[in-house]
Amino acid sequence: MSNTPRPLWNPYVAGVLLGLGLLATFLVTGNGYGVTGATTLATAAVAGKIDPNTVAPHTYLHNLYEAGLNRWIVWEVVGLAIGGLIGSVLAGRFKFQIDGPTQAGRTLRLILAVIGGIAAGFGARFALGCTSGMGLSGSATFAAAGFLFLIGFFIAGAVFGQLMKGLWK
Amino acid sequence: MSFPLGYTGPVSGVILGLIFGYVLENAGFGSSCKLTAQLRFRDWAVFKVMFTAILVAAGGLYLLQGLGIIQVSDMFVPSVMIWGSSLGGVLIGVGMAVGGYCPGTSIVALFSGKLDGLLFLLGIGLGTLGFNSVFHSIEGWVWQQVGPDGLTLPQLLHLPAWVVWAALFAVLVIVGYLTRGNNRSTSRQSSPKASSAGLAAQNS
Repeated sequence: MSNTPRPLWNPYVAGVLLGLGLLATFLVTGNGYGVTGATTLATAAVAGKIDPNTVAPHTYLHNLYEAGLNRWIVWEVVGLAIGGLIGSVLAGRFKFQIDGPTQAGRTLRLILAVIGGIAAGFGARFALGCTSGMGLSGSATFAAAGFLFLIGFFIAGAVFGQLMKGLWK
Repeated sequence: MSFPLGYTGPVSGVILGLIFGYVLENAGFGSSCKLTAQLRFRDWAVFKVMFTAILVAAGGLYLLQGLGIIQVSDMFVPSVMIWGSSLGGVLIGVGMAVGGYCPGTSIVALFSGKLDGLLFLLGIGLGTLGFNSVFHSIEGWVWQQVGPDGLTLPQLLHLPAWVVWAALFAVLVIVGYLTRGNNRSTSRQSSPKASSAGLAAQNS
């Protein structure tokens, strides 16, 4: 087996396949793809075990803790993980590493990843969805909310992308 | 047979999710370098993949509605929360620029072996707990809805769905044409501009 990873798919081909998968998801379940629905349920489940106060009645996480983890969105994210694993292994791209800004050291890369994750996790509760659930699936129904989300996402991403530019070179 | 079929068990979730993850990985979205290159306008794959997927899925949904097979309003159509939808997008955009991923792609990264994907995912958990702890002070405004439930662009603009679809398709064609050389996956060696971006990708 060669060490060179297989080339990535053409973005339009990937987009068509993603769109067909998303369409199938709507027809089968009535909703689209999503991710933070599952990460929020998982956070509630873990936090509730560690500190029941975080999921006490009248907290945001209370009903999500009560809902448990046997939900379609959780299974879908399990599938997402398996799909990512199969994809990266078959293409020769699976590799233990720390990705991230090329000009930053390992510690800084990991710190930035946590900070970015915090912003995304907080933001996803604001929008009640993330790039998948709101940006992709919402926009695919032509929901105005999905496009409002995407406009905010790309503007803020571009501004902060410029601010972070020096770390990538 | 009426749609949606209502299969919302584990098998449905795992199979449909598997397609999602497999396609994202092969599009290169397990790489924070590839994802953030879009935000620096060095690589337009994120825009192209997302926009194409939106057009294919929306085209299918509204075509099936036109044929009388489904009603788009039977699907989950999110409502506009003027602050929640916009600021949520802003925060997730910042999260991608700073941390390299969005929630879904951090999971693909983790399962491609990337430790920073795991830390991004842990950060999402912390951000969720942060939201939980400030929830009572923001719940009065954060999900304030504007317009009717499930407001869509065709309703907002008073245009038929096919006109909205055609306008978005035109945007994709124009952006795709203007950025045709800016595509690492297919033209890493072909144009000088793309090859310098490609080198940056390989160095990561």
